[in-house]
Amino acid sequence: MSFQKSLFIPLAAFLAMTIFLGFGFQLENAKVLPSALIDKPLPNFQLRDLQSGQMLRSADDLIGEVALVNVWGTWCPNCVIEHPQLLKISREQNIKIFGINYRDNNVEAKKWLKKYKDPYAFSVSDDEGTLAIDLGVYGAPETFIIDKSGFIRKRHVGPVNAKVWKEELKPVVDYLRGLEE
Amino acid sequence: MLFVFLVSRGTVLASIDAYPFPNKELTDRYEELISELRCPQCLNTNLAGSDAMIAQDLRREVHRMLIEGKTNEEVLDFMYYRYGDFVLYNPRFDLKTLALWLSPFLLFILSGFIWLKTVRTEKETLPWEEEDEKKFNEILESRSD
Repeated sequence: MSFQKSLFIPLAAFLAMTIFLGFGFQLENAKVLPSALIDKPLPNFQLRDLQSGQMLRSADDLIGEVALVNVWGTWCPNCVIEHPQLLKISREQNIKIFGINYRDNNVEAKKWLKKYKDPYAFSVSDDEGTLAIDLGVYGAPETFIIDKSGFIRKRHVGPVNAKVWKEELKPVVDYLRGLEE
Repeated sequence: MLFVFLVSRGTVLASIDAYPFPNKELTDRYEELISELRCPQCLNTNLAGSDAMIAQDLRREVHRMLIEGKTNEEVLDFMYYRYGDFVLYNPRFDLKTLALWLSPFLLFILSGFIWLKTVRTEKETLPWEEEDEKKFNEILESRSD
C-alpha cells in the first residue's frame, strides 16, 4: 500500500465507526427495549379478577381471538392520557382489551375505572408485578397484541394514541385477523 | 462530620431492601447478581443501585429464586428470557452480539497490521546511508561558519 493510500485508513475507520454507531444508537431508540417475548406464548398466571376481587383468572381466559393486553395503573400518568384512545378502540374496533392492573391499589383502581370508564373485557390485579415481569414489562403503560393462539405478536411501550394505533397496532391486528380467514 | 457520614450511610442502605438469607454464601450471590443485572427502566443503573419499582420487584424475584435453590445461571436465564440482552452487563455471545464481542480482537489485529505497515514504510522511505551522512555533515559545516 502506498503512503498516500494509507493516509485514508483513519478516514475509512472513522466512517466505519460512524455507520456502526449510527445504527447502534438508532436501535436503542431512547428508552424502548427490544422485547424478548415477541412470538412467544403468553406466560401463564393465576391472578384475581379486579372487579370481583375473588375469581381467579389465568392465561386461558385471554386466549381465543386476536386481542390487546394493556398494562395500566392508577399511579401512571400516561395511562390517563391513553385511556380515551383505549375506550375508542374497544367501542369501534370490535376487539377485546384485557387489562393488567399493575402494582396498584384495588379500591383505587376500581374507582379509576368508574371515573374514566372501563374499556377492558376484564382486568386482573397484578399486585406484586409478577405477571408484568413475566411479560418483560418495565413500566406502564405497555400494550401487547396476542394472536388467537395466545402468542405475543407485538409490543408497544408508552401510551397508545390515534397515531400509534393507526400506524403500529392496527396493521398487526388486521394482519393477524387476515390469517384466520 | 460524623453525623453527616452516618446520615448519608443510612440513606445508602435504605435503598436496598433487607432480604433475609439463611447464610452468607446466598447473601454474597444475591449481592453479586443484583450488581451485574441492569435495571430495565433506568438505562444505566444496576438492580442494586435503583429504587425504580421494577428494580424492587426484580430484586424480590432474585431473592425468591435464590431461596428456592436456583443457580446463578438460572437467575440470569430468567432475566434474559424476559428482558433480553439489555439486562445483562455481561452480554451473551450470540449472532446479535457477535460484532460486540469480536470487534476488539478485529481492531487489535487491524491496528497491529497498520503498525507493521507503518514501520516498514518508514524503513523504505528513510534509508540512512553513508551518502546521507556525508551530506548531513556538509550542511552542518556550512552552517557553523
